[in-house]
Amino acid sequence: MACFLVPATEAVVTTAVQSVMKNKEKKGAESTAHAADAIENANAKTPFSVKLGWLNKMLWGGSALLAFEHLWHGEVVPYFPFLTAVTNGEVSDMLAEMSSVGVVMAILVTAVWGGMVAVSGIIEKRAEAGDTAAENA
Amino acid sequence: MTLLITVFAAVVSTIVWYRRDDRKEYNRGFLALMFWGASLMWTVDAIFEYAELGAEYFAPAPADMINDAYLGISVVALGLIIWTVSVLIKDPKGVIKGALARGR
Repeated sequence: MACFLVPATEAVVTTAVQSVMKNKEKKGAESTAHAADAIENANAKTPFSVKLGWLNKMLWGGSALLAFEHLWHGEVVPYFPFLTAVTNGEVSDMLAEMSSVGVVMAILVTAVWGGMVAVSGIIEKRAEAGDTAAENA
Repeated sequence: MTLLITVFAAVVSTIVWYRRDDRKEYNRGFLALMFWGASLMWTVDAIFEYAELGAEYFAPAPADMINDAYLGISVVALGLIIWTVSVLIKDPKGVIKGALARGR
């Protein structure tokens, strides 16, 4: 009915958070006393804002393709009120679907992203350890 | 069928992203993540539908299957269009900028 609205709403929030984080990281890099250290750190680790970008792309992309599917099935229409469930008086059913299917969708995508961040963290730590070992040798 | 086609698109786009060294240039990661996001969401949809229909979920009517396949192919086409537009906006090789400069 309108389950894609839940991940789309999460996408709006995470996009705003990414924008704030990007600015903070930029300011942090500028204020670092040793520019060389900042460059070294930047090369070693992927900034969190970039990792958050992965979640944004999954949420926005997935929501857009699901919105198209809803349009295909006539559940979303290109005119007000945009949702046929509202026109047909099935608002409570729509909200129930959003709070079950929609919420699980958002949780699953976020959980998979969490896994991606964890794995990338491990890869980065291994690379860092490898560099340190090479420097010590 | 829509879920299956989208999963195939996600796997193929991920392989293409992984194989290319200049992957950032063409935003291939965006294409792969978009298809993975949709695949995960449709997986949830499929689980809820399976919980409701049981084994019947795996035996759709031929007409429904054709419609779902048509939808799946359309979804992949839409995903590719979104990605193409994103590449043209990013214009990594400056082709559009160059063409506009020549036209002046």
